[in-house]
Amino acid sequence: MVDVAHYQVVAGILFMIGVIGVLTRRNMIVMFMCIELMLNAANLSLVASSRLWGNVDGQIFVFMVMVVAATEVAVGLAIIISLIRNRDTVSIQDTSLLKW
Amino acid sequence: MTEALFWIFSGLAIASAFGVVLNLRNTVYSAISLVVTMLALACLFVTLHAEFIGLIQVMVYAGAIVVLFLFVIMLLNLTGDPMGAEGQPVLKGIGTLVAAAATVKLAAILWAMQKPWSEVAPSFGGTREIGAAMYTDYLLAVEIAGVLLLGGIVGAIVMAKRSLD
Repeated sequence: MVDVAHYQVVAGILFMIGVIGVLTRRNMIVMFMCIELMLNAANLSLVASSRLWGNVDGQIFVFMVMVVAATEVAVGLAIIISLIRNRDTVSIQDTSLLKW
Repeated sequence: MTEALFWIFSGLAIASAFGVVLNLRNTVYSAISLVVTMLALACLFVTLHAEFIGLIQVMVYAGAIVVLFLFVIMLLNLTGDPMGAEGQPVLKGIGTLVAAAATVKLAAILWAMQKPWSEVAPSFGGTREIGAAMYTDYLLAVEIAGVLLLGGIVGAIVMAKRSLD
């Protein structure tokens, strides 16, 4: 019998795959995709909890997370585009002007 | 039936999520893996009685966000060297190990959450129920989301413009 713990564990694994991606990859676009992966894992957890309690509020939270994710992608990709125009790289290693 | 669907689509989601992270050759392949992950998650949402959210997942994530990613990748023609070297294997190994240990711990914590599902009406998670909740209890949140999207549009245009005059 598949119960809520199965869905939560899948969500946890997806979240940690996203964390591994952000920690190990140096390509800014792939790191951004991994952030989306983490947001989706959180969404899966919220939907599973919403089904568990029979309460629709969790699904509305998921909707709001999707709105924020869509805005974030639009602005973030615009930042990446202007970064490539100015510095001609998407590597996070070469983008260290603010690091000391 | 739902059980088989859960195992199929969670396996697919995890495998394609690894595809996003582990593919070092071409960013386009990562984006395609991301589409597969999003679609598998949409199917998982449907098995959880969240039909509306599954639909929105396909439309917004697979349909809009990943297309935006692909659009940027292809617009900038990144399928070659400018991705930069993926150096520092020791630090990456440490990062992966720490994350793997955290995964085990997290899975153990989440696995303790064994509870039977509550009974839900067949209309649970449908457009009517979500819409009714959204435009009564969560009206302010919907309005704020609209303002946020407007700000996002303006921000994206300003950031991607060639010159700021």
